[in-house]
Amino acid sequence: MPKLQELQDLTVQVRRDILRMVHKVNSGHPGGSLGCTEFMVALYNELMELKEGFDMDGKDEDLFFLSNGHISPVFYSVLARKGYFPVDELNTFRLIDSRLQGHPTTHEGLPGVRIASGSLGQGMSVALGAAQAKKLNKDSKLVYTLHGDGELQEGQNWEAIMYAAGNKVDNLISTIDYNGQQIDGATEDVLPLGNLRKKFEAFGWDVVDIKEGNNLEAVINGMKEAKSRTGKGKPVCVLLHTVMGNGVDFMMHTHAWHGKAPNDEQLENALSQNPETIGDY
Amino acid sequence: MKKYIDQGKNDTRSGFGAGLAELGRSNPNVVALCADLVGSLKMEKFIEENPERFFQIGIAEANMMGIAAGLTIGGKIPFTGTFANFSTGRVYDQIRQSIAYSGKNVKICASHAGVTLGEDGATHQILEDIGMMKMLPGMTVINPCDYNQTKAATIAIAEHEGPVYLRFGRPKVANFTPVDQKFEIGKALMLSEGTDVTIVATGHLVWEALIAAESLEKQGISAEVINIHTIKPFDGEAVLKSVKKTGCIVSAEEHNYLGGLGETVAGYLATTLPTPQEFVGTKDTFGESGTPEELMSKYGLDNKAIEKAVLKVLKRK
Repeated sequence: MPKLQELQDLTVQVRRDILRMVHKVNSGHPGGSLGCTEFMVALYNELMELKEGFDMDGKDEDLFFLSNGHISPVFYSVLARKGYFPVDELNTFRLIDSRLQGHPTTHEGLPGVRIASGSLGQGMSVALGAAQAKKLNKDSKLVYTLHGDGELQEGQNWEAIMYAAGNKVDNLISTIDYNGQQIDGATEDVLPLGNLRKKFEAFGWDVVDIKEGNNLEAVINGMKEAKSRTGKGKPVCVLLHTVMGNGVDFMMHTHAWHGKAPNDEQLENALSQNPETIGDY
Repeated sequence: MKKYIDQGKNDTRSGFGAGLAELGRSNPNVVALCADLVGSLKMEKFIEENPERFFQIGIAEANMMGIAAGLTIGGKIPFTGTFANFSTGRVYDQIRQSIAYSGKNVKICASHAGVTLGEDGATHQILEDIGMMKMLPGMTVINPCDYNQTKAATIAIAEHEGPVYLRFGRPKVANFTPVDQKFEIGKALMLSEGTDVTIVATGHLVWEALIAAESLEKQGISAEVINIHTIKPFDGEAVLKSVKKTGCIVSAEEHNYLGGLGETVAGYLATTLPTPQEFVGTKDTFGESGTPEELMSKYGLDNKAIEKAVLKVLKRK
């Protein structure tokens, strides 16, 4: 995989972007963003088939919907680094008059975003509609989604999960960021999710586990495996085992950094663990 | 006053079904979704003629709203169908985030609105939906008055880019608007000119307003009747022009007086030409089981209630 080093470099740079964005405005959600960095970098730079430019309909290209909108920092960084909008615009995250709202929205016309998300549990339904539209349009491209694991506590997901299998929506790959953490603590303590693999399978989905969700190569291989299972009559679920706050030692293995920004010292420490690669914004 | 003739009682939901069927033939981008109420929403014809463009969602309205939002990505024009209660209150946040805030071209088609749903009772009789929907930025809110107008409105909203809430009902009611009348979103319809009082009505209450005006005419009172089929965007100019002539107004709707048409009228006139107004609507209450006629009478939503409100507002001029 010749591109792997390039993607590794991009991953580190995206981490820096995330940390600097939330630090600047002293708000935002670094934990989940850092945990999903490898996934988002791989998705946009190795896995998805994308057209040049951006249009809302996204015909004849793969689509991605971020359901857990609070991890907007990683989404914005990856979109900017992919060329959807100027990288410098990351400077405006969460500021007044910015297109980079706290949670992603179509409202300000930011290229790359096709739905508002933030109020949890809605992304899979939207993705199902987009996937059905692709089938009506004889468009063979795929629809990807990302959800928090705690987000699965929202009931609408299970309406969507039931519908997807019942209607054989097999052009959909829904990934669960399986980090076991949510705002109030471990999912196991807040509201246990039970056996997610068995739950998805019982609903009629094909399930792929990516055990090393913060290993770029493992993510790419696992997602390619997931992709190979599309078009076979079943929606595909990826259980992406990640560590919240990955790549910054003091942010890992805790829910403390779900929605908290680092102070100046903490930022310096965090950035020193992720030295600049392709250039800061 | 101008006389209107009932061409034969029919339900507004059948007007929706007929309009949807016509759209199925004329607009290949129109798709329909339903949450297990196909028969109640009269969607059978569309489904029979366009099975590949129909999505049966099951009893999962939140999922339906999200799927509808997603179908617009790819150029479809989704029409969702379920009862008004399950089209609004049950799924308010889904509509707010995935449809309204996201600016999606979804048509939320809501039957069985108000107390005329009848015997099923208050759990199903939503009287707050206009208020909820009109508060959403960018949402168009339409409540047509009869079969013909509901059919025309259904066809018209497919041509409008943006989210729309289309509200209609269950019972068979007078069908009196011209069969070929084009529906113009946001344009109030003058039904009968008068000089003493303005009556603005929406939905099932429009016919009741015409009956009331006829009775008032016999008492020597000249009532102007305006059909406000579109609550948002509101045709304030039409109302202002009328009250400049009459000097008082009665609003009439099958909805809580809080949050409905009457409140929109009052808000508009408060900032343009403060005018004595009486509200015909439910008075901050839930409905109950009963026949549509009994409920319209008990909750003060019939022509007698409108007449009474007119007599009251005339004294305040």
